Amino acid sequence: MDLYTISSNFLFAAFILYLIGTLFFGATIGQKRQQNIKSKSSKIAISITILGFTAHLSYFIIRWFASGHAPVSNMFEFIAFFGMMLILGFIIIYFIYRETVLGLFALPIAILIIGYGSMFPREISPLVPSLQSYWLKIHVTTAATGEAILSISFVAGLVYLIAKVDQTVRSKHTTWLEIVMFFIFATAAFIIVTTTFEAMNYQSVFTQELNESVRDIEYHLPALIEPNSSELKTEGAFSTGLEAPEWMRGDEAGSKLNTLIWSLLAGFVLYGLTRLILRKRVAAAIQPKLSRINLDKIDEIIYRSVAIGFPVFTLGALIFASIWAQEAWGRFWGWDPKEVWALVTWLFYAAFLHLRLGAGWHGEKSAWLAVIGFTIIMINLIVVNLILAGLHSYA
Amino acid sequence: MKKVKCECGHINHEGTVLCEACGKPIEENQHIDNNDKNKLLNMRYDGSARRSQTKKRTIVDKTWAFFSSVKVGVWLIALTLIAAALGTLYPQEQFKQSRLPSSQFYEQEYGITGKIFYQLGFHNLYSSWWFITLVALIGISLVICSIDRVIPLHRALKNQKPKRHEIFVKRQRFFSETEGVSDKDREMLIQNLKNRRYKVREEDGHILAEKNRFSRWGPYVNHIGLIIILVASILRMFDFMHTEDYVWVREGETKVVPTTDQQYYIKNEKFIYEVYDRNDERFQEALKNEEFDVPSNFQTNAVVYKVKEEVIPGQEPELEEVTRGEIRLNHPLKFDGYSAYQSGTQLRSEYETISFSIKNSDGQDVGDFNFKPNVDKRKYELKDGYNVVVTDYYPQFEITEEGPSSSSKFPRNPGIIFEVNGPNGHSERYFYLNEDIVALSEDQQFNVNLEDTKLITASGLTIKKDFSLPVFLVGAIIFMIGVAQGLYWHHRRVWLHPTGNKVLFAGHTNKNWYGLKNEIEQALEGTNINMVNDQQEKF
Repeated sequence: MDLYTISSNFLFAAFILYLIGTLFFGATIGQKRQQNIKSKSSKIAISITILGFTAHLSYFIIRWFASGHAPVSNMFEFIAFFGMMLILGFIIIYFIYRETVLGLFALPIAILIIGYGSMFPREISPLVPSLQSYWLKIHVTTAATGEAILSISFVAGLVYLIAKVDQTVRSKHTTWLEIVMFFIFATAAFIIVTTTFEAMNYQSVFTQELNESVRDIEYHLPALIEPNSSELKTEGAFSTGLEAPEWMRGDEAGSKLNTLIWSLLAGFVLYGLTRLILRKRVAAAIQPKLSRINLDKIDEIIYRSVAIGFPVFTLGALIFASIWAQEAWGRFWGWDPKEVWALVTWLFYAAFLHLRLGAGWHGEKSAWLAVIGFTIIMINLIVVNLILAGLHSYA
Repeated sequence: MKKVKCECGHINHEGTVLCEACGKPIEENQHIDNNDKNKLLNMRYDGSARRSQTKKRTIVDKTWAFFSSVKVGVWLIALTLIAAALGTLYPQEQFKQSRLPSSQFYEQEYGITGKIFYQLGFHNLYSSWWFITLVALIGISLVICSIDRVIPLHRALKNQKPKRHEIFVKRQRFFSETEGVSDKDREMLIQNLKNRRYKVREEDGHILAEKNRFSRWGPYVNHIGLIIILVASILRMFDFMHTEDYVWVREGETKVVPTTDQQYYIKNEKFIYEVYDRNDERFQEALKNEEFDVPSNFQTNAVVYKVKEEVIPGQEPELEEVTRGEIRLNHPLKFDGYSAYQSGTQLRSEYETISFSIKNSDGQDVGDFNFKPNVDKRKYELKDGYNVVVTDYYPQFEITEEGPSSSSKFPRNPGIIFEVNGPNGHSERYFYLNEDIVALSEDQQFNVNLEDTKLITASGLTIKKDFSLPVFLVGAIIFMIGVAQGLYWHHRRVWLHPTGNKVLFAGHTNKNWYGLKNEIEQALEGTNINMVNDQQEKF
């Protein structure tokens, strides 16, 4: 077995361990269970989480050896690292606050994040000259760690909202909470759909004519929407015949839109089925399980993770980033989309802290802000990298 | 200025909410911090007299109050955040990578929304007057809100006495009452607090224990850091602090370094371009999917010269080597405050030499000539009285309506017309284009062959001088110290207040109440004092 395979196996092991850990965290909640069972299963759960983290760390170190550079140089590697730091952030917060219910949410979210990242090319790719700097490991790891700690506040915020939002009547709050739930389902759907068709080796090819040149475009999911002004080349392959709008001309615009539609549709199906089975809002179904939790503590975690993560994020995503940009391009700040979104994230959490400490925004308000903050981090990770191509679009 | 004397004897500034010394609420000012409506005292700034809350008459007062408000600050942050995000919707003008003028580009590429984007000036959003104004307003807000709070807060914390008014203690968030507390309990508590590195002060049996007061200055320290960064970005607008320019240097070429007053020259000795080996074991999986080679290095081997003495116009300056080195991405070459960055390349895009060999009518070799587009030589003497004269040269050949012409001055596709003259007066004309030679004269006797061509790379270098960098760095370091100080430490205080046969106990922290609660629990261990209750109404 070569190093690459060994490291991939470790990542897979981490993935499985996190799944098992989630089950044990699940056993720590609810009213009926006995106290000693709860405390025993929370011990097992956190041990498995730490074991998973160790496997995850082994993946990281071995891959570093295999490639000769810090494995944070493309989407897959970055997201895998981000997931690892999310788990680390959770472990730290767990030992400060001993809040097991957080694990029940942090682990599945980390699993989804790692799964999402694994849908990108996983091969070890060489470093282009602009990435050949020791700042790669310093800047990217610090920034990712900061973002991961900030994301813990989202996990806590989600727990808080599910436990707190009044589910007896339909309101703006219940609707938004269901929208958050839907996106979690859609992420899972994306992973399921992509993996399924990947296992089937599905492929169809379109030829697209653009600016008098003809090129082939590969699809790995059945075409719900074709690239703009294109012809299906693979005989007998499925296509609805609908075309992407004209302004989507990027190399992979059509294929990305197709994947997005697949994820949303499959997400709807998954979410819809769940709603049918539960016969109530998803958050409303989870709420009774969380009746015993200490909301003040969760509220404190929302704030603490921002307080811990904010300086780390500033250091990694703004200060180290600027120093590297100065080394590489001779300008420490250039309003590149990724830079702008790092600034947006920073401004947002600065506002969060001012509102919390200066204007007394606690509880639900803070929790909603934590959800919005995570949305901004995800926009920075996904939308900026995949759609707003800039200097950082290495993926 | 009007002063307020408290019953404890301390003289407070106008607008003080809680006496700086004993903490007794000053009746007429309770509305300022909303203490009249709440059970608990607002301890945000320890009830100190803030200018923004006290004076509200003149325009200056109102402006001051406006900028020192948290609400206004958050609004400014929110507006800047939204504006910054909007600017990424479509590429900024500098990133548009198109020859089209902006007035057409945005509409053609993105349709009606692109047109609106352009018409609103969002293609240059970050240098627009209103965006800069927003940032400047944040800067003003930072200065005013900091001064408004830090001075009175400092005064209040300096003047606080261990002996507090009963109301102050009772209206803290963490509070308990205990009867029958012995001196032993007191000693135990003091010892426990000291073990946790509290500074303990006593007055008439009253105790104040305090730790990490410096954490309260964190926000103001980080604001100072941000202000320094904003000042640095203003400084950077001046040429003496910051200059930037771009220069293309071809292999073998020596060029004046722009922005240096003709004082420096840079030579491109060699340009190195390398790609990853497709057979490299580590990367072969990933490289299999790549259509083009993946570059591994762009490098200019450069020499920097300085002009030795004063330049006499019309004369070549005398040069002295300053430094030499490799300029690579992520590895700029630095000299005398300037840095040269590898920023662009035109790989093997221009001809440096085109070599021909010539044979006479007998098939005998009469010599070679090397045409160098960038060298101003148009006549070449060969052997046996033969010579070559270049009559026309088009660096980048094209045919227009007016005949042959050149679309640029760079030898990217040279077209050459030359005559080969024999010793006996016989002359033939030839045309060279695209590695091909066409005879223009009939009755051709000589034989002209293309021997070799040599292509060179032009290297694009950004030349920078930026003396504002240290200022930015200092600002950033101060900011980091400030946020760490403010967020990683917590200012905690507990009070012990004997009254009659009871002892009142209260605790306050500016944040992380969970941590304070744990610490109080530990401090009260082994004493008879009751654990505090959280008096805060649940939200």
